[in-house]
Amino acid sequence: MRALRLVIKMKVKSLSLPYIVWMAIFTLVPMLLVLVFAFTDKSWNFTFENIINVGYYSNIFLRSIWLGAISTAICLLLGYPLAYIIVKIPAKKQGIIVMLIMLPMWMNFLLRTYAWMTILENNGLLNKALSFLGVSHPVFFINTSGAVVLGMVYNFLPYMILPIYSAVSKIDKKIIEAAQDLGAGRSKVFFKVLLPLSLPGVISGVTMVFVPAVSTFIISKMLGGGAHILIGDLIEMQFLGSTYNPHLGSAISFVLMILIFISIGIMNQFDDSDELSLPAAYR
Amino acid sequence: MEKDVIISLKNITVSFNGNTVLKNFNLNIKNGHFVTLLGSSGCGKTTILRIIGGFVQPDSGKVFFAGKNVTKLPAHKRTVNTIFQNYALFPHLNVYENIAFGMRLQKRPESQIRAEVAKMLKMVSLNGFESRNIANLSGGQQQRVAIARALVNNPKVLLLDEPLGALDLKLRKDMQTELKKIQQKMGITFVFVTHDQEEALSMSDTVVVMDSGQIQQIGSPQDIYNEPKNAFVADFIGESNIIDGIMHEDYVVEFAGRKFDCLDAGFLKKENVDVVIRPEDIEVTSPEDGHISGTVTSVTFIGVHYEIIVDIDGFKWMIQSTDSQNPGDVIGLLLQPDDIHIMKKSEHSGEYGDYSAFSDEMYEVYEENLPDASIKVGDKNES
Repeated sequence: MRALRLVIKMKVKSLSLPYIVWMAIFTLVPMLLVLVFAFTDKSWNFTFENIINVGYYSNIFLRSIWLGAISTAICLLLGYPLAYIIVKIPAKKQGIIVMLIMLPMWMNFLLRTYAWMTILENNGLLNKALSFLGVSHPVFFINTSGAVVLGMVYNFLPYMILPIYSAVSKIDKKIIEAAQDLGAGRSKVFFKVLLPLSLPGVISGVTMVFVPAVSTFIISKMLGGGAHILIGDLIEMQFLGSTYNPHLGSAISFVLMILIFISIGIMNQFDDSDELSLPAAYR
Repeated sequence: MEKDVIISLKNITVSFNGNTVLKNFNLNIKNGHFVTLLGSSGCGKTTILRIIGGFVQPDSGKVFFAGKNVTKLPAHKRTVNTIFQNYALFPHLNVYENIAFGMRLQKRPESQIRAEVAKMLKMVSLNGFESRNIANLSGGQQQRVAIARALVNNPKVLLLDEPLGALDLKLRKDMQTELKKIQQKMGITFVFVTHDQEEALSMSDTVVVMDSGQIQQIGSPQDIYNEPKNAFVADFIGESNIIDGIMHEDYVVEFAGRKFDCLDAGFLKKENVDVVIRPEDIEVTSPEDGHISGTVTSVTFIGVHYEIIVDIDGFKWMIQSTDSQNPGDVIGLLLQPDDIHIMKKSEHSGEYGDYSAFSDEMYEVYEENLPDASIKVGDKNES
């Protein structure tokens, strides 16, 4: 996953040499290793068997993509209006709000997810609050797909807000006034000017949420209870779990990578700019 | 209300963050006129434009459009169009789609849109630019697209917010002529905002000179230049020598230590007045032949003429002349009655019209740079 993000960055222009060296050692070589593992069996003979076997897990792939897509959609629906509102407030306060959005990211990912466990557990904070209000039986929050989506949205929302905020804040207010001047009401201004001009930010946000959401394994493990395993869990199991099979794990990783590249490729069709979708600040 | 008034601002008051920009501001704009709001930055001219456009809501007061109160009408429902300072073209649309933007919102048929866009592109001499990207256009071309985008909607009034400010001098001159031509051809009202007095004088039917949210003078360019109402206008429009004077009786004024005949009347006896004399109206002669005389303190060549600063009893006058003079020489000045313009004293009296600051600065700069005292101060041409 982390390697993949680095690959995305690789296309960004103006690389410096130390970075190239770093990339070669910690990204290219591991990727090649994944490739080698994916197309060999235990005795290092070339084979397609691993790739074919990935097909058995297509339901897990579908579920991962489905949950990732839902989380991305929710992040977009929450993130766009929020980003837009932040741009509207005075510049001095914008910094504070942006910092508040980034604040959870300073905390460890695991800790944040643990915190949600204690909230959602059957005898967790939420159920205690509900019983206080007179709900007799605990409501099952944890170990559901909903909890997994919640965890994804919570963890990845900043990655949606920040690129959109960056894109929207760059739009010249005069351009919006020009649209109004030519007869565009609120909704026309949004759909004909604001949205098209902030599309690069939206695409960055969607990519930066969807990619980690699809391949996450901690969230589904902790909040999904392992009942609905996702691709991330499946890969982890091949390397660290009882079903130890790095060849299959590499094959799954490889297929996932291809799928993600395809989805990024599709996303970029909506963007005019030839640069890969990264938040403007990273360009 | 007059019938040919298209825009009328009544008692407009606007403040931003407690700063009052306009207070009880009134202005009527006549239909079909080229009206220029002229003033330095912060005088409220752009705010007036934004109020007419619907981008700023006045705190109090009313805006009338062809007799109808439009104070509360949002920008997108007003029949005015604006050309913004930096054009504000849509960067995600090409030239064609930029110009078609307004018509698409009106859901006009595509064939009509195509014909109108072609017509507009022809008018602004951008034939064949339909599919060009905005980012690949020069400043002048963007300007033309902005004009086309606004005019294609047939607005009754076109608002122009310092539209030529970003262009270089030559292009600006061309666009001035072009805009004036377009305005005359279309016969619509132009409300033009600028801080460039030359631009204002050369393009407008009516110039509104503003300072600190107040109208100093409204009139034709000729009126504004030849008969400035107060020291601010006299100073802002072109160069002026503004001298304290006393009106002895009709057609007789005293200043610079003697009486002059003039063409002004209607003042009180012995009323203190400001006397405006344009630098280009002053005729240079020998000290004996002149009405008044003084010592040349500096001479600057600026192309069309020399700017000569003359010290007359401690007051520095500016003379514009095609003949150079030598600093240190005593020269005479001839003033004809029609060179002398009398203004009532105003709050601006004494603030403008003395070129002593101008010449003193020059003097100091030259003195610092020229250790050899024998070289005459300010005499660039001979040293």
